[in-house]
Amino acid sequence: MAFTNEQLERYSRHIILSEVGVKGQKKLLNAKVLIIGAGGLGAPAALYLAAAGVGTIGIADADEVDLSNLQRQVIHTTPDLGKAKVQSAKETMEAINPDITVNAYRTFVAADNIMDLIADYDFIIDGTDNFPAKFLINDACVLAGKPFSHAGIIRFRGQLMTYVPGQGPCYRCVFKEPPPPEAVPTCKQAGVIGAMGGVIGSLQAMEAIKYIIGKGELLTGYLLTYDALKMEFRKIKLPKAKGCAVCGDHPTILKPFDYEQAECDLK
Amino acid sequence: MKLTVAGTQKEYAGNLTVAQLIELEQVETPEYVTVSVNDEFIPSGTFAEAVLHDGDSVEFLYFMGGGQ
Repeated sequence: MAFTNEQLERYSRHIILSEVGVKGQKKLLNAKVLIIGAGGLGAPAALYLAAAGVGTIGIADADEVDLSNLQRQVIHTTPDLGKAKVQSAKETMEAINPDITVNAYRTFVAADNIMDLIADYDFIIDGTDNFPAKFLINDACVLAGKPFSHAGIIRFRGQLMTYVPGQGPCYRCVFKEPPPPEAVPTCKQAGVIGAMGGVIGSLQAMEAIKYIIGKGELLTGYLLTYDALKMEFRKIKLPKAKGCAVCGDHPTILKPFDYEQAECDLK
Repeated sequence: MKLTVAGTQKEYAGNLTVAQLIELEQVETPEYVTVSVNDEFIPSGTFAEAVLHDGDSVEFLYFMGGGQ
């Protein structure tokens, strides 16, 4: 594949980087990334991956754009209110970069569709807002052998980790099971500072890009935590749980399954 | 006893278990916290028996569910 003049100019700030170059940019253009959740985390991740020229980006979300989303979900604008989030996201991404293909999946991701959804993608970004979905994405990615970035944000805090098959612990190694509904507050209940999605979602995009170009150190085996009020980043080493139910030596989870969802999370 | 707790060196009087440290440090949602000591997970349900030693490094890992 030869670059057009327009592509050379569009991606010139990438191509000039020794870690990217023409080779890395081609890898990005050939890569397929799936973003689950077009919200606080998914919005900035989608914007940067689209701008970076990730050739195929899937985005899955069942919701419509709501006024309370616009404080942080920067891929959607006020005229998009009421529109399907995946449609709004697709339009913004294609406006930023007509060079890419955006696949919009207007659906709840669940045990009965996740394996099909992730099958075609090289890297998955978890931008969901509830524990059942986060565990589902973890299990499916482990079972399918797909790398993914997990993240969570609340109030003035955020955290993320990267799973690459065979290279470190999965989310379930660290957190065995979802907490009971209501035991740990969600963003809707507790609030979140809008820019937190920008920080953590952009870091997720960065992990995807590094994975695709094969450069640098990924957050495999580490949890990066960010406390905005203390202005403190910490990189915490994560052990691998030998007895992990999905990635351990004797797994008991052999196919993805759905946990019950807290009612307040459904919207 | 000297411990490194969430990256900060601290001094504690006497010996402590993980459960006692969780209480002293007023850890949020203590029922759902994941604890590692010297980069090994402490199985939940054993915090009361898990004795800490001078020089141990303890991390608390919290559920964070938001994202949309």
